[in-house]
Amino acid sequence: MTLDPAIHVQGVEKSFKDVHVLRAVDFDVARGSIFALLGSNGAGKTTLIRILSTLLKADAGSAVVHGYDVATQAAEVRESISLTGQFAAVDEILTGRENLVLIAKLRHLADRGGTADALLARVSLTDGGGRRVSTYSGGMRRRLDIAMSLIGGPPVIFLDEPTTGLDPQARLQVWAAVRELAAGGTTVLLTTQYLDEAEALADRIAILHQGRILVNGTLTELKRLLPPAKVEYVEKQPTLEDVFLAVIGRSATAVPDGADL
Amino acid sequence: MNKHLFGDTATLLGRSLRHILRSPDTIITTAITPIAMLLLFVYVFGGAIDTGDVKYVNYLLPGILLITVASGIAYTAYRLFLDLQGGIFERFQSMSIARSAVLWGHVLTSVVANFASLALVVLVALLMGFRSSAGVLTWLGVAGILALFTLALTWLAVIAGLAAKSTDGAGGFAYPIIFLPFISSAFVPTDRMPGPVRWFAEHQPVTSIVNTIRNLYAEQAVGNDIWAALAWCVGVLVLAYGIAMMVYRRKIS
Repeated sequence: MTLDPAIHVQGVEKSFKDVHVLRAVDFDVARGSIFALLGSNGAGKTTLIRILSTLLKADAGSAVVHGYDVATQAAEVRESISLTGQFAAVDEILTGRENLVLIAKLRHLADRGGTADALLARVSLTDGGGRRVSTYSGGMRRRLDIAMSLIGGPPVIFLDEPTTGLDPQARLQVWAAVRELAAGGTTVLLTTQYLDEAEALADRIAILHQGRILVNGTLTELKRLLPPAKVEYVEKQPTLEDVFLAVIGRSATAVPDGADL
Repeated sequence: MNKHLFGDTATLLGRSLRHILRSPDTIITTAITPIAMLLLFVYVFGGAIDTGDVKYVNYLLPGILLITVASGIAYTAYRLFLDLQGGIFERFQSMSIARSAVLWGHVLTSVVANFASLALVVLVALLMGFRSSAGVLTWLGVAGILALFTLALTWLAVIAGLAAKSTDGAGGFAYPIIFLPFISSAFVPTDRMPGPVRWFAEHQPVTSIVNTIRNLYAEQAVGNDIWAALAWCVGVLVLAYGIAMMVYRRKIS
């Protein structure tokens, strides 16, 4: 890799009073890749995202995003990123389309209406675009939230637990959107507490635990940390998720209500 | 100064104004308590209050206008608090916009919303027999003082909204301000109040502002009251603005 990493974090520390949330965190994220920060609640994921998105200052260490230092070049960092926080940061009283136009205006873009319509189509919200967000489901809200992050095409996107609280179908839609972003060259740093999410999406995975990165590597590398796989014969049962998706998939193409299986 | 300050402020002002247009109940509930007081004092207590040759509704209106603003700013604190809580505040802060545009959007919205409520209250007062022979310039003067008063209280509301931990806390700071006009010349003349109360009433900001507006409407000399009123408004405005900006900077860095 000859290019500088999109995100370079070195020795970042952060404490709130006497709680050490981050203790010397180091990692790099390559341009155009998906990097998953895996950790349980309270591991420090959100604190790290807030530092990288200039909302919080680190106590020590340095972080560079898209070539700019988050502490000394905050304005340039903000030009290069967008943040989708843990809770959908959307305006409930405005319609979906108005939310997108608002962000397009604040990004100082010329064609706000066109941008908004294109993004509504991209996250399959064209039909709901004229409705107030307060009437949206959790999945629609999250999709709108992500669409708002895409405005202006920032090269680096932070997604803080993008699928927490979503149903399986909405979750898959978010995954598809994330993959599409990375395919288009955007660097994605996402945090998650779901192991399968990191496994399904990320090029590299780092496990953050009690403010430290314990391991950092590709899925294959991480799997090699454990003893080699042994072969077991297990009856392949469909998971509940398979059943759920199969059933609602069928009902979308007309199955009588309450069909007995 | 950021080159986008005016543009971003206008954008965010448009956003909160749209909120108000979609729930105009905030304008109406702001005006309802002052209107109820106006009715109560003019038709129930007013007969027992001696204001000399001045019609009581004419005497009372300036104080009621201040109460209207004091109850209106609670919504400003509330709206700001909701933004902070909902995450949209962080989204704005993580974008490359003028840093103070978020606050100015709310502050200007407060001025517009309060003036809408004030217009409602004045309309009811006119129906109840309030009359002023004042010309356009004098009305503009009154509007100017009310705008200054609204700005001063709005920046106090910004401090409350930024510092609040709950929605109740965000709006609760307004109650003492709503109560302040009762211990002033707003409802009854101060000269028959007992010593210490009278001293307080005559030296607190509401009395000088009320007297100024009352004299402007009556087309009488405003005397020194106008200077005291302006000094209070500008003083509170500068102080509240300074503290609000300090709290804000601590919040966003």
